[in-house]
Amino acid sequence: MKKRPDKIPDRKGHFGVYGGRFVPETLMPALIELEDAYRKLRKNKSFIKELKSLHNNYIGRPTALYFAENLTKHLGGAKIYLKREDLCHTGAHKINNAIAQSLLAKKMGKTRVIAETGAGQHGVATATGAALAGLDCDIYMGSEDIRRQSLNVFRMKLLGAKVIEVSIGSKTLKDAINEALRDWTTNVQNTHYVMGTAFGPHPYPVMVRDFQSVIGNEARRQILKAEKKLPDLLIACVGGGSNSIGLFHAFLKDNIKMTGVEAGGLGIRSGKHAARFAGGSLGVFQGCKSYLLQDRDGNVLGTHSVSAGLDYASIGPEHCYLRDTDKINYTYATDKEALSAFELLSKIEGIIPALESAHAIAEVVKAAPSMSKNSIIIVNLSGRGDKDVQEVARIKGIEL
Amino acid sequence: MNRIDRTFKELGRSGKKALIPYIMAGDPDLDATKTYINDLESSGADIIELGVPFSDPLADGPTIQRAAERSLKKGTTLKKVLGLVKDIRKTSEIPLILMTYYNPVFKMGIESFITKAVKSGVDGVIIPDLIPDEADEFIKLSKQHKLDTIFLLAPTSTNDRIRKVTKASTGFIYYVSITGITGAKLSMGNLMKNTLDTINRTTRKPVAVGFGVSNAKEAAAVAILADGVIIGSAIVKLIAKGKSIRSFVKNIRKAI
Ligand SMILES: Cc1ncc(COP(=O)(O)O)c(C=O)c1O
Repeated sequence: MKKRPDKIPDRKGHFGVYGGRFVPETLMPALIELEDAYRKLRKNKSFIKELKSLHNNYIGRPTALYFAENLTKHLGGAKIYLKREDLCHTGAHKINNAIAQSLLAKKMGKTRVIAETGAGQHGVATATGAALAGLDCDIYMGSEDIRRQSLNVFRMKLLGAKVIEVSIGSKTLKDAINEALRDWTTNVQNTHYVMGTAFGPHPYPVMVRDFQSVIGNEARRQILKAEKKLPDLLIACVGGGSNSIGLFHAFLKDNIKMTGVEAGGLGIRSGKHAARFAGGSLGVFQGCKSYLLQDRDGNVLGTHSVSAGLDYASIGPEHCYLRDTDKINYTYATDKEALSAFELLSKIEGIIPALESAHAIAEVVKAAPSMSKNSIIIVNLSGRGDKDVQEVARIKGIEL
Repeated sequence: MNRIDRTFKELGRSGKKALIPYIMAGDPDLDATKTYINDLESSGADIIELGVPFSDPLADGPTIQRAAERSLKKGTTLKKVLGLVKDIRKTSEIPLILMTYYNPVFKMGIESFITKAVKSGVDGVIIPDLIPDEADEFIKLSKQHKLDTIFLLAPTSTNDRIRKVTKASTGFIYYVSITGITGAKLSMGNLMKNTLDTINRTTRKPVAVGFGVSNAKEAAAVAILADGVIIGSAIVKLIAKGKSIRSFVKNIRKAI
């Protein structure tokens, strides 16, 4: 009998050497319960129907696949399509996952959800899901992020969530995740942890990917309808890796070039960045084995990015696997490149992108001109930039 | 027989329970830690748990988080903690256990860590974010080099997990008394008694209880149910205030 190729991920959530479960024993029963519940619900007709209805009537799906004609002309190469996740309710792709997990939490009989947030988008999305599902909601957020994303902090409060400030460590996303995991360890009986990206212990990387796959499924259909052919290049920014895997996953069998864009911050040599592939090495952090920015002794390094949502020391395990198997290329855009792409898209298309998404646009600016005019790029516009306007003004020295 | 097994055997013979204090290595500095270890031993500790500082201690409450921060600022690394153990072994035979998160171990290399630890005189390791399911290689190499692997159980543990963890553990089993992080408030309920009963029915290995035990009264109550009592945050707090830990530890010793 022919040996079947190893399933990816395997039963324990390993993507090759990456992934797995590295958590306190206290959480193991909860992860197993979550995995079982998810496995059942993902095939449950009424759950699928309920989610689909929320996609259409609440989130506003399908989101448009917009041909950015001005940007295409400006760059003079490939045709550029924007997958408009910025048009989702609450302004980013994060809602796709947060709504689904809130619904799942309710079906599991949990009365409370918690989440970490960096840019505040996942916090807002979870607070929204909790409001909709009638669940209590606490959001952990680093004090540095609270400062630079103050608009989203107020939104979460309006939605009825409590925002808990985390002022230990680097005061950003990773510290918020530590606190959320501590909370979950303490309140695991009634609480579901809504992890915001395709990261963490199994089953989160798989589950979040599945909930975000709607992006690529739609985009694939839409581009085939509009252009009668598949795109030549997909581009998305990579924080933990959920909007990128969400777009890429539906195209993995098509052998299309895909590029994930990490945060280059002030440049790799400065050490002030969040480019895990360019500057990291294999490590174990916050629930899984993956690439990690760490020092010689295995302590996690501080990161820097102008964009709070990409400012994280590790990356989803499936991305490491897809990089090893040459399915996806990874590069980075610096703060400066992202800020300039932020302004370019605003002026030329009338679309203000999130600073995270601006990293993907920065890569479009580099890649499109050298591609032929009949080639096609789809870039994931993962979120809108309203939340960043204040911070960009501050950086430019403009008082509002 | 290794130091941990011998300790539990001797205590068992005299009907006593193991007193297992935890301190953070390098808080406030490694020289002080050496002195504290002497103090602990002379005040009646049976086994000592030495914390290795890590940048992201997700199983720890504020007290030990701060201790780790102070220790890291002083430049404490896993390598230096192993050096400290080697130094202590010149004068003491007290069983020493490292409590470290997995990444520093992984970064050093599993085999390299295990051989170095054993060579320095470490008797066992507790890694709060490493579960047996992910520890095949770690367990195999530890067995080979005779390093005890102490895994954790919790009030949430199902029978399935209890079987798995007791099987993978050597030296003793670490029962986390609360669903929560270090330094949280202890709750002495039926759940603890019932879970400990189940564990004791599953294995003959000793069980020590930690997380949340903060005074002599609680230690006494826990000691009735378990083979050992682990006390961390309460001692780390005294050290943070620059206070002596001797009378506190002696009091606990008397109570259990
Ligand atoms: C708009 C937007 N895009 C991208 C990200 C990065 O996350 P991920 O890589 O999971 O898509 C975030 C995270 O906060 C975000 O808010």
